[in-house]
Amino acid sequence: MNVIDTPIDTKIVARSDESTDIFTLTLQFTDTEEKNYAFQPGQFNMLYLFGVGEVPISILSNGEDNRLYAHTIRRVGRVTDGLSLLQVGDHVGLRGPFGRGWPLDLAQGKDVLIITGGLGCAPSMSIIHHILKHRKNFGRLFILQGVKHSSDLIFKKQYEQWAALPNVQVALAADSSQPNWPGHTGLITELLDQINLDVNNTLCMMCGPEGMMRASVQRLTQLHFPEEAIYLSLERNMECAIGHCGHCQFGGDFICKEGPVFSYPQIKALLNKKGF
Amino acid sequence: MPYFLAYEQLNDLIHALNALGYRCLGPQVQDGAIVFDDLADAKQLPWGMRDAQKPGHYRLQKSELNEAFAWANGPQAIKPLLFKPKESLWRVERDATGAFTFKETLPEQKPIALIGARACDLAGMAVQDKTLLQGKYVDAQYRWHREHLLIIAVNCSYSGGNCFCVSTKTGPKATSGYDLALTEIQNGFVVEVGSDKGRDLINTLHCHEAEAAKIAAAAQRSSDAANMQTKRMPKDNSRALRDILMNNLEHPRWQEVAERCLSCGNCTAVCPTCFCHHQTEHPTVDGDGSVHAREWDSCFTEGHSYIHGQVVRDTTEKRYKQWLTHKLGTWWDQFDTSGCVGCGRCVTWCPVGIDLTEEMAAIAGESNVVVAKEEKDP
Repeated sequence: MNVIDTPIDTKIVARSDESTDIFTLTLQFTDTEEKNYAFQPGQFNMLYLFGVGEVPISILSNGEDNRLYAHTIRRVGRVTDGLSLLQVGDHVGLRGPFGRGWPLDLAQGKDVLIITGGLGCAPSMSIIHHILKHRKNFGRLFILQGVKHSSDLIFKKQYEQWAALPNVQVALAADSSQPNWPGHTGLITELLDQINLDVNNTLCMMCGPEGMMRASVQRLTQLHFPEEAIYLSLERNMECAIGHCGHCQFGGDFICKEGPVFSYPQIKALLNKKGF
Repeated sequence: MPYFLAYEQLNDLIHALNALGYRCLGPQVQDGAIVFDDLADAKQLPWGMRDAQKPGHYRLQKSELNEAFAWANGPQAIKPLLFKPKESLWRVERDATGAFTFKETLPEQKPIALIGARACDLAGMAVQDKTLLQGKYVDAQYRWHREHLLIIAVNCSYSGGNCFCVSTKTGPKATSGYDLALTEIQNGFVVEVGSDKGRDLINTLHCHEAEAAKIAAAAQRSSDAANMQTKRMPKDNSRALRDILMNNLEHPRWQEVAERCLSCGNCTAVCPTCFCHHQTEHPTVDGDGSVHAREWDSCFTEGHSYIHGQVVRDTTEKRYKQWLTHKLGTWWDQFDTSGCVGCGRCVTWCPVGIDLTEEMAAIAGESNVVVAKEEKDP
């Protein structure tokens, strides 16, 4: 049983600041009977701040661990501002999981290329955890993350740990950087030239600003990467998460329900159209 | 077999509904428009009233007929009764430890019997059923209202200037979704039964079966209403409009219509199928509880497409394009039907008289005017 119509009570068991405006809340159900909640990497929850409202937040942790669910959140509005003030022991409502996650089945036996920009790295965390946990089922793992400024990079330690693992390559890019930036200074698309892609045996998953995703798709197709092996996670205003409130419509799809993860051919007609 | 309900029996019908525990709603004139409100006596019905409708125009006038349903439609359909403008979804209580208890809120009200729904209104309800009732997720509040609504439809004997339900195949005669359907003829109504609830109701009224002449007269009324329509949706509102629209996203007409559109959202408020809503929060004054509710939203507002620091549809052109491509186009992808039922309300209640059939005609290159009236078999 998942929690769809009305939220369920959770408690904050850990809280950390990732940057000045990004923080992570790790939640645990207070009802210990609630054992059936299960999510797929790439899905999201609606988090409820008491008396204020709900926001859609992707689920970071691998649900197989400890029944703890981490959510990395940027302060951008009333609800997220309020959530940022909560501490360990405070309560948060949760509905979920919602949407269609990353195509794990299609990635089996293949190399996986993860391209993320800004806070787009958060929705990809669960897939990276999943791949590392089931390492034998997947080929090489490429993790590409781009930020505007090198100081915007979060999860730095995590990237360092992953980079040290066999068959994992981490490449970071910052549009502008300060001294000692270990990554590339420039566009994330330029990182694609630094890795040894097997274009016919790789599944690409990307999440980030749409401009960055469009540019990445363009560069990938120049490299003869097949369009149908590219998956993107999109974001729009979401209030109900069940395809009823109408805000996240993207042509004939509700991003909350048919997405947020789409194959590139499924959405390419509208991805470049302003107003959708 | 259809029955005949005489004008004198209308009050019996209202009383029978009340006796069954229904709050009875029916059409009546309020503030210059025909709206649905509590109906205690048949005298309240809009006897002799007729609506003159044109793009951006609605005026009531006395017709030569002293009939109760000689009008086409008012600003409301059934939508405000089922998908209410405001409705609570769930409430939360916070205990002394800070823990939350959430509880779904269902309506607490008498069941409603609605007299006077039109075929297009029933079609609109069927479209909303697909959105809120028949998909992967069910809207509990909508379902409650739906299960507690009895519908006495009245078939149109007149079409307004903006009606085009013939081309959308949703009227003027109701074919499903009603408990009883009435067609007004001389001195009363031919009554068709659409459900067991409707049959039980008509049985309490001791109506006679309608003779053949009355049935023929009723059929003639529906046929007259159909032949009166001067407007049509290009491509008969078919799925073909989807590709026509999506292949013409750069058509110059979008910019042209955007210069007229006020982005006010009237069209979405009167549309019987528009379902966009936003969610609101209403904390109690003691600080220990809160109600989570929804209220109608419109894709014509800036906030509709707001996403952290960015508005996806920041111009009227983008918003009108979203509305029309969705209503007539991508609605097919989502619900296997058009989002338009041919009621013409968005045309009538648009303050600047934008006519979606005309906009569609400009893009599809096919006329929205009925040229030759076809003779239709009753």
